[in-house]
Amino acid sequence: MNLILFAPESLLLAGCLVVFIVSLGTGRARLAALVTLCTALAGLAACAATLVCRGDLFFHAYRVDLFSQLFKLFIMLGLVAVTVFGRRLKDIRADAHPEYFLFLLLGTLGLLFLVSSIELITLFVALELSSYPLYLLVPLRQEQPGLRAQMEAAAKYVMFGIVSTGVFLFGMSYLFGLSGSTYFRDLGPALAQHWSDPAAVVGMTLVLAGLFFKLAAFPMQLWAPDVYQSASNETTAFIAAVPKLGAVAVLIRFLLFATPADHVLTTALVIVSVCSMFFGNLAALVQQDVKRMLAYSSIAHAGYVLVGLVTLRAAGYAAAMFYIFSFVAMSLLAFLALCQVSRDGENVTAEDLSGLHKRSPLAALLLGAGMFALAGIPPFAGFMGKFMLLAEALRGGFVVLVVLAALNTALGVYYYLNIVRVMYLSEPGDRPAVRLDPLSATLGVVLLALVLVMGVIPARLLDNALASVHAAVIWK
Amino acid sequence: MNVLVSNLSWPLLSVLIFLPLAGALLLFLLRSDRAARVGALLVTLVNAALSLQLYTGFNAATAQYQFAEDLAWVPALNIRYTLGVDGISLLLVLLTTLLMPLCVLCSWRAIGVRVKEFFACILLMEAAMLGVFVALDFVLFYIFWEAMLIPMFLLIGVWGGPRKVYASVKFFLYTLAGSVLLPVAILALYLHSTPHTFSIPALMGQPYAATLQGWLFLAFFVAFAVKVPMFPFHTWLPAAHVEAPTAGSVLLASVLLKMGAYGFLRFCLPMTPLGVVAFAPYVLALSVAGILYGGLTALAQSDMKRLVAYSSVAHMGFVTLGIFVLNTSGLEGALLQMINHGVTTGALFLCVGIIYERTHSRELSAATGIGRMMPVYVTALAIFGLSSFAFPGTNNFVGEFLVLVGTFAFSTKLAFLTIPGVVLSAAYMLRMLQRMIWGGTQNPDSSHLLDLNWREIVTLAPLLLLVLWIGLMPGPFMKMFHVSVSHLLQQFHAGLHP
Repeated sequence: MNLILFAPESLLLAGCLVVFIVSLGTGRARLAALVTLCTALAGLAACAATLVCRGDLFFHAYRVDLFSQLFKLFIMLGLVAVTVFGRRLKDIRADAHPEYFLFLLLGTLGLLFLVSSIELITLFVALELSSYPLYLLVPLRQEQPGLRAQMEAAAKYVMFGIVSTGVFLFGMSYLFGLSGSTYFRDLGPALAQHWSDPAAVVGMTLVLAGLFFKLAAFPMQLWAPDVYQSASNETTAFIAAVPKLGAVAVLIRFLLFATPADHVLTTALVIVSVCSMFFGNLAALVQQDVKRMLAYSSIAHAGYVLVGLVTLRAAGYAAAMFYIFSFVAMSLLAFLALCQVSRDGENVTAEDLSGLHKRSPLAALLLGAGMFALAGIPPFAGFMGKFMLLAEALRGGFVVLVVLAALNTALGVYYYLNIVRVMYLSEPGDRPAVRLDPLSATLGVVLLALVLVMGVIPARLLDNALASVHAAVIWK
Repeated sequence: MNVLVSNLSWPLLSVLIFLPLAGALLLFLLRSDRAARVGALLVTLVNAALSLQLYTGFNAATAQYQFAEDLAWVPALNIRYTLGVDGISLLLVLLTTLLMPLCVLCSWRAIGVRVKEFFACILLMEAAMLGVFVALDFVLFYIFWEAMLIPMFLLIGVWGGPRKVYASVKFFLYTLAGSVLLPVAILALYLHSTPHTFSIPALMGQPYAATLQGWLFLAFFVAFAVKVPMFPFHTWLPAAHVEAPTAGSVLLASVLLKMGAYGFLRFCLPMTPLGVVAFAPYVLALSVAGILYGGLTALAQSDMKRLVAYSSVAHMGFVTLGIFVLNTSGLEGALLQMINHGVTTGALFLCVGIIYERTHSRELSAATGIGRMMPVYVTALAIFGLSSFAFPGTNNFVGEFLVLVGTFAFSTKLAFLTIPGVVLSAAYMLRMLQRMIWGGTQNPDSSHLLDLNWREIVTLAPLLLLVLWIGLMPGPFMKMFHVSVSHLLQQFHAGLHP
């Protein structure tokens, strides 16, 4: 077995152990943050270094290929970003900081396992490892007097999470029953023969439903608004972006079993996509709390991702990958600015952003670019991603879906523009100036550049995504 | 025939786009506001000087796209970075590069806060607007088309008048909502072309089915009609014009509005001829409605900026009228009228801005009788005013005359319907001129008003020159687009009878 292939995971595992040891003492919050940041950076470097590596590990249950490595690269990018701009953990009890970082690392480790698993049991364990630490991050927020919102949100998150895991497991049992194997390379050919069988459709639908929870797509989106609003800002930044990568990766791995002729599956995906877009965008229109608004908008973005997946073609999956990658970058950009605006880690309302361009021109620029990017205005990545999705869906013949998605863009622009309006067109009043620390400012500029580059020169990433989807088909 | 030719060994069009873009970024490195002003002026002047190469190097005897550049961009979807100008876009490009230094000059003193950001936005606008006119790849076009909204939104919203927030948000949402279906239409064109391409020249004259053409035309129409703006999609325009700073109003009136009409000429006529024929009667009806409505509404305005804004609705009605009568005089008149409107209305907004800087009011009543204090100013204003209602000898006369010739050839009844519009434009303009030049002064402060300074004279002089030049000798200008227009009509008729 080639250890290089497992380098990112090994590094992260070692980091987890170190943080665990650090967490045994008291007053070591800064040390834990430093170790986490170093681990994240080393992990990112390892992911970049192993981008072109190929190979199977652990008796063909674990696969390192371009597909998994691309996702891992963006997962690690998310971890690095969150540890950089959220390293102060403004609204987390000081004595819990090391534990917070430990859970953050463990959750990321679970996601790394998740995108590489090609065996159902391994996949399930990875899914659980990626979920449970996140359940714990939510209630770590400091308690406001008389308000236990973070507890309520955590309870909802756990409940919905466990139910959807159950649904996922139930669906997996059908797939196993049909194929007699838990390995993806056996599942593919076996399912190809059974697509007319209702059991296959039911099994697949249940598996997808379990994953929709992680993606926060309709109808499994109910947890998102409360969790986004009640978790601390850094936690939300992570939950909003990074786990969605894992969800999309696994979705694509499962959907690769299907072929464009699978009408039932397509219909289900179209309905989920349209409902997600409309529900997310319409509910986001009336939100005052920016994080809650972003929660609803992320539901809409899940719908956009599905626009690429409904095609059940490699090019559609590649477009969906490109979109989720750009979503991660845009979302991190927006949360970076929000975390800096929030003085003591409190939630930010639209009103709190008044006159931000005078209080901190850079923060306003970053958040503004993030908003325009999420709204899908060129030249940012959001536009290019959406354009690819529409192109592939239209190529697949989904005219109505494409028109509805385009109309949703206009809906979305309204609430994103509202944030820009408040920042640039209203007066700051007596609101204090905002200071970006140099590290976060640098990261912000890097993310802004990334969002611009992905929007203007998308060719390379798109080609790689397409090649990786082809590489991920392992049974032909 | 190769549709793309490059006349130069270096990428002039890319330089025209990326120089202001780089300038916008570099402005942030400058320390003082004064340096930002000078820097912006330099960049726009260099761009204007460079664009003269387009005029001198342009071969008016061919309908090919000249100064072309063509690079692969996103190979997976066959998106290319293709630029080029033909007779239809050439004058619009030149108009844009000419107006930019004037916009910088007119904002010299008027903009006192966040100066660097203001001029950065102006330069970003220049890059995006030029990009729209020279892009020959549909995706590239759409990127410039949409990207322009961001700096324009900020120009109105940050540096605008009292109701700037309402105006800027309305402008952004209205124009964006109008063009949401544009990418879908672009993708439909792409998927129905063989081989799949986003290249604008290659998409012309493809045999699309009649129903598809109808739908495509509707998607295009909504996007372009909002931008023109055609009645009844015009409601964003008065708000945006009135609240925008002078430079913003000039850009809106002179360049942004032309993009809609440019879209009709560049895309609708050659790509969806059957759709055009099917919907032309309705578009013509809306154009005439716009001419009459704009004129009547302008007659009732007491705010000078609103008056000019509504006159724009009427003038742009003439442009769309000329396009959709679908004959040579109509099209050439429309194209010339696009330039004329850019020159004249841009100049009128500059004039209103000059008064506003002095009296801090745009009310006509506050500016009555200023003729005695500002003789040079009112002379310029009078010439632009005369040109605005198409007085013989001025530029608008030539354009409007051609449009009317085209309309008479198309339908005498329709032409008679537009005649009141011509009279109305004289009525509202003369009313404004009469009150400003000879009206009695009620305001004692007016006696302190200073006449134009050198900066303002320099700002207005090029436009004054163009008004008379195009008015007396339109030949050199019309020569530039003669071949392209007849080629366009050929393509259009070929598309009708495949």
